[in-house]
Amino acid sequence: MITDTCWTPITTVDKIPLHEGRAVTVNGIEIAIFHLEKRYLTIQNKCPHKGGPLCDGIVAGTAVVCPLHGRRFDLETGMAVRASEPSSVATYPTRVEDGVILVDLTSEDEVTA
Amino acid sequence: MKQQLVVVGNGMAGVSCVEQILKQAHNFEITIFGDETHVNYNRILLSLVLAGEKSADEIVLNDIGWYQSNHIRTRLGVKIAKIDRFEKVVFNEDGGATEYDKLILATGSSAFIPPIPGVEKKNVHVFRTLDDTRELLEKAKPGLKTVVIGGGLLGLEAARGLQVRGCEVTVVHLMETLMERQLDATGGEYLKRKIENLGIRVLLPQQTAALFGNGHIDGLRLASGEELEADLVVIAAGIRPNVELGRQAGLDVRRGIVVNDFMQTSDPDIFAVGECTEHRGQTFGLVAPLFEQGRVLASAITGNPGPGFAGAAPATKLKIMGVDIFSAGAIDESEAGVEAVRYEDPSLGVYKKILLKDNKLHGVILVGDIEDEHVYQDWLRSGTDLTLLRRQVLFPPRDADPGLAVAALPDSETICGCNGVRKGDIVQAIHKHGIVTLQQLKERTRASTSCGTCTGLCEKLLRAVTPDFQEETKTTLCSCVPFSFEQLRDIIRGQQIKSVEEVLNVYGNRKGCEVCKPALSYLLDMLWCGEHEEDRSARFINDRVHANIQKDGTFSVIPRMRGGVTTPDELRRIADVADKYKVPMVKVTGSQRIDLLGIKKADLPSVWADLGMPSGQAYTKGVRMVKTCVGTEFCRFGVQDSTRAGIELERRLENLFTPHKFKMGVVGCPRNCAEATVKDLGLVGQDGSWQVVVGGAAGKSVRKADLLITVETTEQALEACDLFFQYYRENAIYLERTYDFAERLGIEKIRKETVYAAEEEKRALLDRLARSKAMAKDAWTEGQNPVNPTQFVQIQPMEARVS
Repeated sequence: MITDTCWTPITTVDKIPLHEGRAVTVNGIEIAIFHLEKRYLTIQNKCPHKGGPLCDGIVAGTAVVCPLHGRRFDLETGMAVRASEPSSVATYPTRVEDGVILVDLTSEDEVTA
Repeated sequence: MKQQLVVVGNGMAGVSCVEQILKQAHNFEITIFGDETHVNYNRILLSLVLAGEKSADEIVLNDIGWYQSNHIRTRLGVKIAKIDRFEKVVFNEDGGATEYDKLILATGSSAFIPPIPGVEKKNVHVFRTLDDTRELLEKAKPGLKTVVIGGGLLGLEAARGLQVRGCEVTVVHLMETLMERQLDATGGEYLKRKIENLGIRVLLPQQTAALFGNGHIDGLRLASGEELEADLVVIAAGIRPNVELGRQAGLDVRRGIVVNDFMQTSDPDIFAVGECTEHRGQTFGLVAPLFEQGRVLASAITGNPGPGFAGAAPATKLKIMGVDIFSAGAIDESEAGVEAVRYEDPSLGVYKKILLKDNKLHGVILVGDIEDEHVYQDWLRSGTDLTLLRRQVLFPPRDADPGLAVAALPDSETICGCNGVRKGDIVQAIHKHGIVTLQQLKERTRASTSCGTCTGLCEKLLRAVTPDFQEETKTTLCSCVPFSFEQLRDIIRGQQIKSVEEVLNVYGNRKGCEVCKPALSYLLDMLWCGEHEEDRSARFINDRVHANIQKDGTFSVIPRMRGGVTTPDELRRIADVADKYKVPMVKVTGSQRIDLLGIKKADLPSVWADLGMPSGQAYTKGVRMVKTCVGTEFCRFGVQDSTRAGIELERRLENLFTPHKFKMGVVGCPRNCAEATVKDLGLVGQDGSWQVVVGGAAGKSVRKADLLITVETTEQALEACDLFFQYYRENAIYLERTYDFAERLGIEKIRKETVYAAEEEKRALLDRLARSKAMAKDAWTEGQNPVNPTQFVQIQPMEARVS
């Protein structure tokens, strides 16, 4: 069960422009928060391929494209979009309250590929 | 002896009918009279000429060679005034007589001018012919207050064309709904909203009471009393069949020249085709049924009558101002027994209305999404019982294999409405000519060469019919926006689109990806000379933070050093920055610059400020640098001042973006120490002249640059550079380096269209370059004025709140 205490306030919504991502390090965990229309999604920032900063990637629909070598990950599931490159990134439940982005860092929805 | 066939009218209906006659076995000597002085052109595309998307030459359907090779006597600019049916002679206005055995009237229609006081004033125009279009083009200019009277298809097309030319356009329409013959009130509202979003004012329902002005037009007064200022008025209030000739000859004439199912008038030797006809009480204004008429006429007049003309279901498929519209059958549900099923999505701009009667399709209106129009056409024609499909009428089931759906279409189905090409014609052409690409199909059949709505269908058909179907290379930019880069260039220019989001929303999948977003960003910046709506989320990270991302997520910083020339002071600052930020590596690049590697994103603004130098743009698809040798200043061999010329060249082009990175070199003698002949653009100094060379490469490919021109002065050389540079910006495909560009186009074509182009073309290229340059700025100024609060800032997590 998720209690209120799981949600960590990260930053205010105005810090993340539409269709862009920003990295934040919280309690030693480096996450990338993305702003899609009317919602925010959070994944681990490091690309599992060569450690590229996913926060700097171009958003394509609900996926992000790593700026280093073009790996694509779905922001909702964390799964690699191309079946030829099986891998995944952690995703973290994210919600907005009073203009503040809250991320649940305890329930890392690790997807096993 | 051959029979004399005289055709009065050289427009689309008449000439396409003649084309059909030529396909049949016939025994005619053909003479065509046209009152316009032009060969047959595609009238539907006049709006594209007005909008500057096509030239007058590009809309020609039958060039003069076609008439000659088919032995057709052509009399252009000659108006037929009289027919003597008993002697079987036509007389032109000068009294010249031409005998006929058979006569075809294809006199078309004219713009209807409503009896409004003041319509005779100067600067009141109609929009019907190529000459009308040319007159409008001469008058249209930015800021010109223009009123279009009439909100039908033609009026809206005129409005769009004039608006693209920069005019301030207002559309005044008599009815409550735009295009009320094709759309209902809601559909009209969707269209209106779109048009208004494009910046065109729409007034309806409004009647024009009078046009005022002293000799030339100053404005118009509406029946409501409101007055509108106007420097130019275009009347597009409908068309009237040209029937005078038929009436004078004593033929049966009502609204149009009355014809039977074989397009014969009340005189069996006189036929009529096109917009001048009336068939079973119906007159015609759209092109598709006219091609069908032509086919029927051709069969009948050559003595092989097949099935007669059965009239046309009023089906309209078109794209107006970027909005796809399809309308067929009834549009009004007030009739007894008719039910309407509707779907609306205002933010997608999609509206569908399906009218059902006795469980059969009775009419359909589609706005914004017409993908299923063929299903509806089929249901309408076949009278399919929809009882079992009732839940799916708005979203009819799509075949898993699109090829099957195309294969199931009857041969008589019109695929390309603009050019009257039927499925049967296409299949026949594919077999007969071994067509395997869409381009070949276009050239052979003209299908999909006009509005492009049927391109997808043509492709499916090709795929289904020929086992060797070849997708064209580089056909589309990516799957998000299924158009070629060239098409997107035309779309963005023609539809005046200013943002990546709008391109994707209207022409794409509304998402975009890392391929199309940067490409579209480039196109928008180039086409609108920097006055587009910049969207940083559509840019690669390098262009968001103006530095080159490295494998560890840090960035490299290369300040601009024009011509590779620096000063002790700059070098000291660079050294200080390297110390202060503990820069892991300082490297001299192959481009005569200094690279500071391993800088954190958050440090970029202060690094730039401490350097006090502009961005070297070494991270972007844009002007990189000019590499120079020391030239005449110190070198004992130098014959031209390459350093000064190089610095000046860099100054002229710096901060501009290009389809791919753009590197330059200037050398003061043919020894070529700065390797100008393997740069995208190079100047090679000679005694008394400069060689301007383009398309060189020394990267993944190695290519010696082609000589563009040799000129005497540095100023001439720099102008040649400007011309090539802007030409490459405008004509290359995104990510096409100059060496591929030069190979693709060939240096002769590039020369002809740059340094040897007509003065006004050169001027236009230079003007657009100047406009872009005026908007270009040193990207590093964003260090002090970020475009968003966290462009460079590392977000720190908030203090944990008490929960």
